[in-house]
Amino acid sequence: MADMNLSQNLGGSTSAMHEMENSKPLVRCENVWKKLGGNDVLKGINLEVGRGEVVSLLGPSGAGKSTLLRCINAIEYIDRGLVYVDDVPVGCEESSGGYMRVSEQRLSRQRADIGMVFQNFNLFPHMSVLQNIIDAPVRVRKEKKSDAIEHAHELIKRVGLPEKANAYPRHLSGGQQQRIAIARALAMRPKLMLFDEPTSALDPYLTNEVLDVIKDLAQSGMTMIIVTHEVRFAREVSDKTTIMGNGKIIEAGDTEQVFSSPSNPIAQDFLSNSL
Amino acid sequence: MKQTGAAQTMDMAGAPEIHKPTNVLRWFGVAVVSVICAWIVYQILFNPGFQWDIVGTYMLHPSVLSGIVQTIYLTILVMVLGIIIGVLLAVMRLSNDPLLAFCSHSFVWFFRGTPVLVQLVFWYNFGTLFPMIEFGIPFDGPKFIEIPANVAISSFTAALLGLGLAEGAYMGEIIRAGLMSVDDGQTEASKALGHRPWQTFWVVVLPQAMKAIIPPTGNQVIGMLKYTSLASIVALPELMHSIELIYARTFETVPMLIVAAVWYLIMVSVLTVGQHFIEKHYSKGWRRQEQVDG
Repeated sequence: MADMNLSQNLGGSTSAMHEMENSKPLVRCENVWKKLGGNDVLKGINLEVGRGEVVSLLGPSGAGKSTLLRCINAIEYIDRGLVYVDDVPVGCEESSGGYMRVSEQRLSRQRADIGMVFQNFNLFPHMSVLQNIIDAPVRVRKEKKSDAIEHAHELIKRVGLPEKANAYPRHLSGGQQQRIAIARALAMRPKLMLFDEPTSALDPYLTNEVLDVIKDLAQSGMTMIIVTHEVRFAREVSDKTTIMGNGKIIEAGDTEQVFSSPSNPIAQDFLSNSL
Repeated sequence: MKQTGAAQTMDMAGAPEIHKPTNVLRWFGVAVVSVICAWIVYQILFNPGFQWDIVGTYMLHPSVLSGIVQTIYLTILVMVLGIIIGVLLAVMRLSNDPLLAFCSHSFVWFFRGTPVLVQLVFWYNFGTLFPMIEFGIPFDGPKFIEIPANVAISSFTAALLGLGLAEGAYMGEIIRAGLMSVDDGQTEASKALGHRPWQTFWVVVLPQAMKAIIPPTGNQVIGMLKYTSLASIVALPELMHSIELIYARTFETVPMLIVAAVWYLIMVSVLTVGQHFIEKHYSKGWRRQEQVDG
């Protein structure tokens, strides 16, 4: 049953019909600019993420990694440029030659297809683990409650916490909360998963249990963008690596190539200090 | 668990016991409080001015009972009106729309800034300002409905508007504080899951804000129960006005005021118990005794 759900998440990579579609990138950022508090945090970002690809976003603090991630599901609005997910621009639409921001109502439908995991977990503290997971599938996707509960139990088992379904977030350790947060995002059967420093709030011991879940997810073929400071983990898990510095992408390519022979001096410096 | 090293012993008898110092001042305090209590009890029992027989006669007097019903009824309506207005004000104030925020701010400024008593009497005399209440095109355009103000504004509607609008202003501030106490990350997580804006408000933010909203709201309800006595000024027959009508006739002022005080105390006590249970409900997920596993 879990495997069946997984193959749905893959976007059907086995089917020949999807071959052509598969060659197109799932995420495309085109010349994205973003100002926060008067400063340019993103200065013309261009980024492509293929289907089933795992991309790590690395770089020193304040480089704009998290902001870029938050722009992909329009939790943060961009000022200029376009972000496409599945060939649809996120948060805006073409109208009479220009682009207009869409309403929050419309935007919520786009966000439902993009899972996001936060640094501080952000589980809903007034809901049990099960309620946290089934709420959006039932309320947003209009799934039948019994189906949503069944799916939730599979996901809770998959992240290794089958006995915690009725616990409240407060009673879970940070690592357990983050694993439940991942299960909650997966419950929406997203096409894309965004991880915003998922282990930064955890101690080294708890970090590993969360990284294992993310690794497992990467192997299942989920398209993922991971902002992280766990450089070793990024090298292990990701197909592509992008390094940002001062609001720009300064190094991008296949992970091994980026790690073994970075060309940009800031990227070289960052990697040699992180490994 | 293994003991590590010889230094760890389990000898409780060997550990020195720590005693609390005796508190001389405490005994002095007990003596003072006892004397004061004894004096109060003595006065209550033997001061003829209390006229307990008259208090007893009027406790369940029909006009007192109907006054209580009116007081409760008015309190409920005023609080409902206040909470509805309060939610609207809070949402408007926290919205990103500067016009809505301005309207909300102005409402709070005015209705919190003028005495409730003045507002109440003002509404009662609304007819002198606008003899006819009209709905239609303003500035002498055609009208759809016209009602004489002295028909539309009874003492009850005057009390409801006077107390309700001011209460809305206070509730708006309480609810706003509650909404702001919820972490931004909760809103972001809710958005990321595809919740629509009103779902984010209703399912994620408001239930968590309730934890901060309920205690001061309980305070407001208790305050409002007693504030309704202001409506006696516009001759609304709530508890206080019923009491006034009786002692104006019988001149038994003190015992009648005791009747009122006892009834207000009873109602407030019931509300306090109710508040306890509501608070318990909304602290779900924060309590210690909750089951960790199901």
